[in-house]
Amino acid sequence: MAALAVFSTFDSREESLRRDLAHFSDEALVALVERGDEAALGELYDRFGRPAYGLALRVLRDEKLAEDAVQEAFLGIWRTAARFVPERARAATWILTLVHRRAVDLVRREEHRRAEPLEVVPEPVGGSTEESAWLRLEGERVRAALRQLPDQQRETIELAYYGGFTQSELADRLGQPLGTIKSRMFAGLTRLRELLSEGETEWTKSPSTN
Amino acid sequence: MDQESVHQLTAAYALDALDSHDEREYEEHLRVCDSCRSELVSFRGTAATLAYAVAAPAPPPALRERILAQAREERSTVVPMRRRWVVPGLGAAAAVAAAAAIGLGIWAASLHSDLSGSRKALSQQQTIARVLADPSSQASAISGAGGTLVVAPNRQGVLAIRGIRPAPSGKTYEAWVIRGKTPPKRAGTFARSGEQLLTRPVPKGSLVAVTVEKAGGVNAPTQTPHITAKA
Repeated sequence: MAALAVFSTFDSREESLRRDLAHFSDEALVALVERGDEAALGELYDRFGRPAYGLALRVLRDEKLAEDAVQEAFLGIWRTAARFVPERARAATWILTLVHRRAVDLVRREEHRRAEPLEVVPEPVGGSTEESAWLRLEGERVRAALRQLPDQQRETIELAYYGGFTQSELADRLGQPLGTIKSRMFAGLTRLRELLSEGETEWTKSPSTN
Repeated sequence: MDQESVHQLTAAYALDALDSHDEREYEEHLRVCDSCRSELVSFRGTAATLAYAVAAPAPPPALRERILAQAREERSTVVPMRRRWVVPGLGAAAAVAAAAAIGLGIWAASLHSDLSGSRKALSQQQTIARVLADPSSQASAISGAGGTLVVAPNRQGVLAIRGIRPAPSGKTYEAWVIRGKTPPKRAGTFARSGEQLLTRPVPKGSLVAVTVEKAGGVNAPTQTPHITAKA
């Protein structure tokens, strides 16, 4: 029986603490972060830091900026955890939304970067062997769903989400009326939601349920 | 903008693909539109999943320490025992504003409208966090599943269980507090992994056990528990 005095601020205790935190859900960790528990923030980073960095790197295509986006997002978690309502959304969604938002804010300040041509289909980078099995499987599941979207819907969603383009910018870039872009985005995200929920089981919902 | 086209902006908003003018307009609409709010929660979930489609190298190890160091530094400026942060510096304030705007988009707005419905669940979540965060709480390992039993000094108990299969349909997990030779006492039902606030105090030396029972729970366990923890 170990005392939970581990929830202190001392680094020397962090190791024993993390073993205990590994048993908690993402949502419980956010609740602990709300109470100023720094080790809980560390555990959330261990669970989401990698997909967060991958996403930010994809949007920003610059390692330094990607690190900035991830850092600002996690400090956003630290400062605003009290706003998270677990009955309304999964913690994973909240965290990745914060990361995406920071990345998009940053890329919109880097106009020259976005003028570069963007390859549309996301490709895995680096050694997948060192990724956790869950991340690899989830990645395959989402890429498979994306491949099933009609080309124009997929292109619109990928340019918006990974490229950080607004719907008006996409209308210009693709030479389409704004209404067409809106429809593709709406239809595409609706279809993607269907495709993803078809393949979803309790086991694929979050790394923390593994 | 007419109502129909505002609704349609939900997808673009979920993808962070609105310019700031449309975004403000949509957020105004969100305050008064329940159906957009629930659609947005669902679309946000789908959009966030797109993050996993991009495989990537691991972030530099120093990033973790940098984040935790800054979090530590900010905490030292926080008024003790208050839940609202006092954040130093302009950059930090801007980041808070950005996060707050997103919060307004879903979380804060929905909290406002659903408060009565979620108040009970919310306070339960807070009670769980209080037990988990209390430095005087005692933690003990669970056998039969991954997890921890955490009991606060006031004997309020939280069972944190990981990696169990969801209860089959028509069935539920039911927790029991067993003290000595007395019959097991019901301590709450649940369907899946996560933290369960036990509905009964957990005395020192008692046993917390989990069985699978018919939905709704039963008055006495019908099987030998395969998940147990000693308080």
